[in-house]
Amino acid sequence: MTASLEGAQGSSPQGLAGLATALARVVGARNVITDPLELRTYECDGLTSHRATPALVVFPATAGQVAAVVGQCAGQGVPFVARGSGTGLSGGAVPREDGVLIVLAKMRSILEVDPVARRAVVEPGVTNLAVSQAAAPFGLFYAPDPSSQVVCSVGGNVAENSGGAHCLKHGFTVNHVLGLEIVTPAGDLVWLGDGTGVPPGPLGYDLLGAFTGSEGTLGIVTKVVVKLTPAPEAVHLVLAGYATLADGGRAVSEIIAAGIVPAAIEMMDALSIEAAEAAVACGYPDNAGAVLLVELDGPAAEVEAELATVREICAAAGATEIRTADDPAQRAAIWKGRKAAFAAVGRLAPAYIVQDGVVPRTALGDVLARISELSQRTGIRVANVFHAGDGNLHPLVLYNDGVPGEAERAEQVSGAILDACIEHGGSITGEHGVGIDKSRYMPKMFTAEDLDTMQLLRCAFDPASLCNPGKVFPTPRLCGEIPGHRRAPHPAVVAGQAEIF
Amino acid sequence: MATDPGIIAKALASACESVRPGSSADAVGGITPSFVASPSSVAEASAVMRAACEHGLAVTARGSGSRLGWGASPRACDLVVDTLGMGQVIEHAVGDLVARVQAGARFGEVASVLAAAGQEIALDVPATSTIGGIIADALAGPRRLRYGSPRDVLIGVTLVRADGTVAHAGGKVVKNVAGYDLGKLLAGSAGTLGLIVEATFRLHPLPAARAWVTAEFLDSEAAAASVAAAANSPLVASAVDVHRARPAGPVSAGVLLEGSAEGVAVRAGRMAGLLSSCAPSALAREPTAAPVAPPWWAPLPPFDDGTLLRVTFWVSALARVLDAIDAAARQTGTSPVVHGSAGAGLLYVTLPGRPGAGPVTRLADIIAAAIPAGRGSVVVVAGEGRSASAIPGAGLMRSVKDQFDPDGRLSPGRIFEREAP
Repeated sequence: MTASLEGAQGSSPQGLAGLATALARVVGARNVITDPLELRTYECDGLTSHRATPALVVFPATAGQVAAVVGQCAGQGVPFVARGSGTGLSGGAVPREDGVLIVLAKMRSILEVDPVARRAVVEPGVTNLAVSQAAAPFGLFYAPDPSSQVVCSVGGNVAENSGGAHCLKHGFTVNHVLGLEIVTPAGDLVWLGDGTGVPPGPLGYDLLGAFTGSEGTLGIVTKVVVKLTPAPEAVHLVLAGYATLADGGRAVSEIIAAGIVPAAIEMMDALSIEAAEAAVACGYPDNAGAVLLVELDGPAAEVEAELATVREICAAAGATEIRTADDPAQRAAIWKGRKAAFAAVGRLAPAYIVQDGVVPRTALGDVLARISELSQRTGIRVANVFHAGDGNLHPLVLYNDGVPGEAERAEQVSGAILDACIEHGGSITGEHGVGIDKSRYMPKMFTAEDLDTMQLLRCAFDPASLCNPGKVFPTPRLCGEIPGHRRAPHPAVVAGQAEIF
Repeated sequence: MATDPGIIAKALASACESVRPGSSADAVGGITPSFVASPSSVAEASAVMRAACEHGLAVTARGSGSRLGWGASPRACDLVVDTLGMGQVIEHAVGDLVARVQAGARFGEVASVLAAAGQEIALDVPATSTIGGIIADALAGPRRLRYGSPRDVLIGVTLVRADGTVAHAGGKVVKNVAGYDLGKLLAGSAGTLGLIVEATFRLHPLPAARAWVTAEFLDSEAAAASVAAAANSPLVASAVDVHRARPAGPVSAGVLLEGSAEGVAVRAGRMAGLLSSCAPSALAREPTAAPVAPPWWAPLPPFDDGTLLRVTFWVSALARVLDAIDAAARQTGTSPVVHGSAGAGLLYVTLPGRPGAGPVTRLADIIAAAIPAGRGSVVVVAGEGRSASAIPGAGLMRSVKDQFDPDGRLSPGRIFEREAP
C-alpha cells in the first residue's frame, strides 16, 4: 500500500493517541488539544459552511517544532493542515477529521526590520497589519492589505497569495515576499529563494513564487522575508456618486484609458450603499445607484495632476456628486462605508454568501447585468461590492435560511455568477482562494490536463498527499513512482563531479 | 536516440511541417542536434514533443538563441525546437491592459504593437529576445526595482510538457488565485520543465516622460548610501542602477523616474538634491538630470563570450559587497566590471573572456563571504567556475524536474550541472 492511500484513509484512533503523545513530547502537553469539546472550536475557518473537527490540534512555538510535528505526522501517514488566524473565506484551513491541525498562533515575532534594505523577517503568525506598524517609524509599509489585515496572518497571506484593495497598483503577496523558510511535507526545514526576491532562474526554479498561493498544500511557512515599500508622499481619495453602475463603470474605463493606475478603484451598488449607510452612517450621496472610490497615491508632483484628471473624468461620466479627501481622518471616514459593506449587508438578510469572481475589467458591465437578471429571475437579492480596477467582483448573495429551499437557490445564483465569470474569460477566485469550497469549479476553468500538470508540482513536494489534502483540486493525483526509464548516468555524475538534474 | 534516424525524421516530419537536419550553426554547447523543428502552432509543437518523447530525443528549446551559453551546456541535444515560427501577438485587450503573445515573438516587435496603444510589458530586455526566452531565463533589466521580473508581469502561460501534453495555468485576468501558478515555475526554468508556447502578460501604461538622474561617487560607501536613499525615497524611482568600470574606480549611479512631464521634472530636481546630500564630500560628479539614459545604462552588461556572475544581496550590504568585489579583484588579479540594479539588490560582475574556473570560483567565494546567510547569493551565470552559494531548495527542485521531465530529456544537465562537490 502506498503512503498516499494510507493518508487518504486516515489512521486508527489508537494511532492518533500514540501521535498525541509523540507530539506532546515535541511541543509540551499543554500545547496539544485532545479534548473533543475544545477540538470542536477549530472545526471551521472564516467560511463556516464547511466544518470538520480535527483529531488533534497542536501549537508549535518554533520552526523546529513545526518540523518535528510534521515529521511525526509524515512518519505515521497522518494528514495535517496548517492554520494561521483562520480568517480564510474558501475553507482552505478546514481541518481533517483524521488529521492534525497545526496552529501557528504562537509564532508571532517580528524578527528583524532593516529599513535601509526595506526588508523585514517575520514569523507566520504575525498579523498583516503588525508588519506595517513595525515599518511605519521608518516611513515604510507592507503593501498587501487584505481587508482582514487586523487579524489575518502573514503565513496565511502567503498560502492564499492575498491581495487587498490596493493590489491594483501595489501587487499581491507574491510580489512582496522575498524569501520563505518552510517545513516540507516530509518534515524538512528548507529555504525557498535566496532571501532577496531575485528569482534563481535560469540556474534554479522559482519555488518561492510557485509556493506562494498554493493554499497550504505544499508545506508550512515558518519564516517570511517581506519587502517593505516607502510610504507614499501624497494620498488622495475621490468619492463619486452615480445614478447607475454603468455610469460609474464608464468613469473607471476612462481613468484606465488616461494611463492612470490608481492605488485602488472600488465600487458599490445601491443595495450595499444602503446597508453601509444603515450600519455606519458613512454619509454617502443620497439615492446613489453607485458609489465609486478612487484612491491615488505617489509623489505629490504626480498625484496632484492625476487628481485633477480623475475629477474631470468622474464629472464627465455624469457624477451626481464628487468629494475628495487627502488627510488620513477624512479618507478613513470615506473608506468606512466600503470597509463595513460586507458586515453591513449581513444585516439585510438572515444569511448571505460572499462570492469572489473575476472578469476582464471591460466585461464588468455585461457580468453585472447578468447578475441583476439572475437576481430578478430567482428573487434572490444580490448586493455588489467590487474592486472595479481589476474586475474582481464580490457579490453578496442574500437569503433567508429559515425559508426551505432558499439556501439552495442562493447557492445556485452564486454558482451561476462564477459561470458568468468563466464565460467572460475570468477566474473563479481573485483573492479568497479555491480551498475546499471551489475545488468543484476548477474543472470548469481548467482542463483535465491543466489540473494534472499543476499536480505534478504537488507530487514533487508532497508525494504522499498528507499536506492539506482535499483542497484546491477536485480529484487528487496519485503520484506513485515516477514512470519512465533512466539512461546510463553521465560520466561526470559517476565521477562525483556533478549532480543529475 | 536509439532508433534509426530515418524513422525519427519521418515521425518529426509528420508532426511538423518545418523540420530540417541540424547544422553546426545549431550546435548547443558544442553538440550539433540531429534535427531542428520549427512548429508554427501549439498543435504542431505538441506533436513534435510527442514524437520526441516516443523516440527518446533530448530536446532543447530555442528562441533567438542568444543565451544558450547561459548555465551549463546540456549533456545531450538531439532536437532543437525553434519557436520563431510562433511569433504572433494573439490578443491585445487594450482596455484590460492585457496581451496574449506566442512564445517566439520578439520582444521589440511585441513592444511596438503595444506602444501603438500607449502600453508596454514593463521589462527592460533586448528587443531581439523572444518572449519564451525572456520567460525561460527570467530576464529583467533596471526597472526590476519597480516592476520585478517576468514572473511578476506574467499572468497566464501555455506549455507543452515533455510528453506533448498541452497545459495552461493562470488566465487572462490580473487578479487570479485559482490553481497553482505554473508561470512562476516556468519563469527561469531554462527550458528544462517544458516548452513555453504562449504567454499572457499584464501591461502598464507607457509613461509620458522619463528622466535619468545620474551622479558619480568616489567610493563604495558614498555610492551605497545614495543608492539606498534613492530606492527608499517616496519620489518612487523605477530603477536605481550602478556601473563601475574598474575596481576601486568611481561608481556611477543612475536613477530612473517615470511619470508625467511636469511631475518627472519636479521629481528629478528633488532626486538630484537627495543624491548630492547623501555624500557631499565623496561626489566625483554632481548629480544631473537628463531625458536620456547614460551610456552605460543597459538591461545586461555587455559581456560577449565572457564570464558573468550574478550577485544578490540586501541593499544594506551594498558597500560591503562593492568592497568585497574590489578585494576579490585584487586577490585574483582580475579586472571585473560591476553593473546592475543595485537598488533592487542585484549586481552583475563581468570579466572579459574566460579566465578559467579557478579565479572565477575564488572571486565568487570572496564576494559571497560579504553576504550574510539567507540574505543573497553569488552564482556564475555564464563562464567556467563554480557558484559560491548553494541554491536553496535544490532537493525540491530536483523533484520538480523529475515530475515534469521523468525521462530527463529537456536540456538535461542545463541546471545544476556545475554544482561540483
